[in-house]
Amino acid sequence: MASAPFCPLRPGRTAAHKNGMDVQYFIELFFSGLTRGSIYALIALGYTLVYGIIELINFAHGEIYMLGAFTALLVAGVLGIMGFPAGGILVVAALAAIIWSAAYGFTLEKVAYKPLRGAPRLSPLISAIGMSIFLQNYVLLAQTSEYLPFPRLLPDMEFLDYIDNIMGPSDFLILVCSMLAMVALTLFIRYTKMGKAMRATAQNRKMALLLGINADRIISLTFIVGSALAALGGVLIASHMGQVNFSIGFLAGLKAFTAAVLGGIGSIPGAVVGGLVLGIAESFTTGYISGNYEDALAFALLIFILIFRPDGILGKAKVQKV
Amino acid sequence: MKKGISWLAAALLTTALAAPALAEDTIKIGVQGAHSGDLASYGVPSLNAAKLVIEEANAKGGILGKKVELVAQDDQCKPELATNAATKLISDGVAAVMGPICSGPTNAALPMFESAKLISISPTATTPALTLEGKHPYFLRTVAHDNAQAELTSSYIKDVMKAKKVAYLHDNGEYGKGFATQNRNILEKAGIETVLFEAVTPDAVDFSSVVRKLRRAKADVLVFGGYQPTASKLVQQMRRDRVDTPLMGPDGVKDETFLKMTGKDSEGVLASYPKDTSSLEMYKKAREAHVKQFGTEPGFGFYNAYAAMQAILKAIETSGGTDTAKLLEALKSNEVETPLGKLSFNKSGDAAGLGLSVYVVKGGKFVETDHTITLH
Amino acid sequence: MMRPVSKAILASIWFMILTFPVMGIKLNTVEQTVEWQFDRIILLGVAIFFLSLLWNWCFSRKGRGLPLIALPSGMGATLGRLCSLPLRDSRSRAVSLTVLLLVMLVMPLVSSFYQTNIMILALLYVMLALGLNIAVGIAGQLVLGYVAFYAVGAYAYALLNQFFGLGFWACLPVGGLLAVLFGLALGFPVLRLRGDYLAIVTLGFGEIVRLTLLNWTSLTGGSGGIKNIPGPSFFGKQLSIEDNTIFIYYLVLLAVILTIVVITRLKNSRVGLALQALREDEIACEAMGIDLARVKLSAFALSSCWAGFAGVIFAAKSTFINPASFTFMESAMILSMVVLGGMGSIVGVVIAALILILAPEYLRAFSDYRMLIFGAIMVIMMIFRPQGLVTGERRKYRINALKGEQA
Repeated sequence: MASAPFCPLRPGRTAAHKNGMDVQYFIELFFSGLTRGSIYALIALGYTLVYGIIELINFAHGEIYMLGAFTALLVAGVLGIMGFPAGGILVVAALAAIIWSAAYGFTLEKVAYKPLRGAPRLSPLISAIGMSIFLQNYVLLAQTSEYLPFPRLLPDMEFLDYIDNIMGPSDFLILVCSMLAMVALTLFIRYTKMGKAMRATAQNRKMALLLGINADRIISLTFIVGSALAALGGVLIASHMGQVNFSIGFLAGLKAFTAAVLGGIGSIPGAVVGGLVLGIAESFTTGYISGNYEDALAFALLIFILIFRPDGILGKAKVQKV
Repeated sequence: MKKGISWLAAALLTTALAAPALAEDTIKIGVQGAHSGDLASYGVPSLNAAKLVIEEANAKGGILGKKVELVAQDDQCKPELATNAATKLISDGVAAVMGPICSGPTNAALPMFESAKLISISPTATTPALTLEGKHPYFLRTVAHDNAQAELTSSYIKDVMKAKKVAYLHDNGEYGKGFATQNRNILEKAGIETVLFEAVTPDAVDFSSVVRKLRRAKADVLVFGGYQPTASKLVQQMRRDRVDTPLMGPDGVKDETFLKMTGKDSEGVLASYPKDTSSLEMYKKAREAHVKQFGTEPGFGFYNAYAAMQAILKAIETSGGTDTAKLLEALKSNEVETPLGKLSFNKSGDAAGLGLSVYVVKGGKFVETDHTITLH
Repeated sequence: MMRPVSKAILASIWFMILTFPVMGIKLNTVEQTVEWQFDRIILLGVAIFFLSLLWNWCFSRKGRGLPLIALPSGMGATLGRLCSLPLRDSRSRAVSLTVLLLVMLVMPLVSSFYQTNIMILALLYVMLALGLNIAVGIAGQLVLGYVAFYAVGAYAYALLNQFFGLGFWACLPVGGLLAVLFGLALGFPVLRLRGDYLAIVTLGFGEIVRLTLLNWTSLTGGSGGIKNIPGPSFFGKQLSIEDNTIFIYYLVLLAVILTIVVITRLKNSRVGLALQALREDEIACEAMGIDLARVKLSAFALSSCWAGFAGVIFAAKSTFINPASFTFMESAMILSMVVLGGMGSIVGVVIAALILILAPEYLRAFSDYRMLIFGAIMVIMMIFRPQGLVTGERRKYRINALKGEQA
């Protein structure tokens, strides 16, 4: 057994040793939080994009993330049995997950939200909750209630040995991929024609309509982009945690929503900041207090923010319109 | 609509009145558990076991010249549905119940069974208090309670691993937390230091913070209370972060899927589990019957349920009827040959004769060690 | 005629592709084999084809403003018409109500223990749904954590009984009161919030209550829950389980009747009208001089009160409680009763609660599909019949031209 030999106390050295340890520990926790936070951020972007355009909390967004993870698992499983090389499988599975999740997001909007445009505000929210329950049970019935193993596809990354104990290959992959995705999203929103149309629609839907922007198409596009990001998050987490289940979307979705609200819902940098802040806060709670309070903290933070600063860290206060 | 309700009520009344009219020429055995919903994978194997045992008995001409009939009730492992399922079994006039399979529903259903003086044998409810408190005279089980597991694992940690510092993580469920707590109680009494005791959220997107905390705690052993999916995520993340603390889990961890999910990371993981009885004739027979009829390997709790059904039928046979007092007497005084070995029930209702061993993963397989206890 | 058909074919192809991975691939990870389930995909395609035709037909009717009688929710519409029949004039209304009451009264005496037990659960949910209806249906405040108040009631009784030996009758008002306090504690800070923000805060609140119950092991027993909770005493005597069940049945029945009476009175009272005004338009409501804070708080307090009562009865009925009974899904279920029944309508909510609880009990074969169907119903109702099975009717005040009196 790897039981450490009993160390007698060495009073002279413990304090300094402990101190050095604490900085290292702090950094470790910080990076844990960053990994977790960037996943929250990826999902939170979907909430924020949709909210920015049609002011709807897409409650079923967590389920899209779950569907992404599931699709990747199934595709990777099939390819693995057919004998494809591991690196190729991961890329193909991720692409399939993104495409199918985007399609789910698109369909979700067409079926459950589009017919409700102009309805009282509670209607689409209830419809979204219904969709969330529906999608969870759809996967439960079509697949299984058990946890399915996600194949291990990541190569060992030896250059990470330099930053020993802080980051593993999958943490690295999560950070890099989510960062790339966020940069790509920012560029897309800023510089492409469609991105500009999205911004215009978010600013003022009527005006955008008058300028010849097809609002329906922009809304569909928003759902597609948001779902693709969530699917990416799903694939990353599935390969990081090594398993997938029909129920993983609920908690992740809720946390990501918290992140979106924390950063200021409707604001794209806000979602990223909110995700990272929430991830790091959770990591520190676990590291310095206790893992028992991790979830309670997230929900308490959500309530606290909504009550005292409903516009979040980066959101702008809105004037109540009649 | 009010009319709708009255029609409904009228329909209910007729069914209710019509139900007891059936002739009583069969012996009914109730089976309660999660047969649908998200926990179905824990409940369906025991239902299959009941089907197989009853089929076999009926093929031999039944018990006491009567056919045995299975009455299945689904509680989805939810306490609020468990009372409905239990009352349904009672009003169907079953002779005894095999189930419920989860501890929560068992707690909810037992008062019903007791007031109806109905024996229930659970194949998988492991909450210690159910039998150890001595409050449920008609409740028996064919599975070792969690304290027995903790007794085994803590003695292994203390005597074999000779650990000085132990960390405990659990999933905040009754089963997992109970296992971790009981281990801590025993080990702390033996003077072994607790360096970490806390919960993890099974559905969390990442475990690295708690793994890093664990690394800093420098424990010799990690006792994990919970089920296989959480354990496999935890082990993977630990090994990835180069934390090689050995993990000791309860029987919920020892599972083929665990090995599949964790691959080479599982090397050295320890778990308590019932003693390997797969060399017994009865075990082979039960397994073959399952493979033949359902086309798959038996699932969770199958052999325990098989044993429970055998005990019930045997007791009915020896006591010559379905009188509860005589059944109980028969169950507690006779030994039954089961896939888990020769079992009888002790005073508190636990199955004497059940053995538990510590298993360790070696070469990608769970290997039984010689560290074993037997229930009395 | 061609357009809907080609649309339906397109939809069916689209869904077949969309659901292909999840429906069509079944992995066996142990034996490393793939099972392709094309039959399921084809079946789904066919189903989608017809559903799409139906969907389009419904939309065309909706677009022309026609009633959607033969919809998936058509059964509900027919039921709605049926129900308004005996309610139309006061005599047939009185007769049908009396018959119903008689049936309900006799039921536990002639039916089995099991039927009574289920009926209790159904009536408890009726109570919960009616309580939630005050906040959601009448006042328009979407509460997603309603089950928290239910939990407060249940744990109040279980804990007071365990630690202080208090009986059911002492705990019933205490449970209600505690739930009200929790309702107010939640209501005060969220006064400024509305719509979706409010919904999410209440959801978070519900989860926090559940997590607290789960983690505060020394008080609540954690996930092990609390057991051996006694039933209500009958004039100081503890009853056997069967008698107890029948007793609780009458108790819940009485509670439901009381709830209905109170809510009917409430709806047409000053506070009730203010609540409805709040639902329609907050700003206009405030402009009319209604004290928003007071009205909102009273909606929360009234609503949570019933959940507290129901919780106490639930604990007494099931004798064992643990946090697993108080998850978000439970809140969603109660909410779907309110939505399905018709927000603000008492009759509708009662019917919906009975259907949603009783149907799965009697249709055990469909229990796997229960939540799937719930989810779909919530969406379909919102699209085609947002007002629910029964439209909540408001009392109309007619101004007499001559005297200016209220009729």
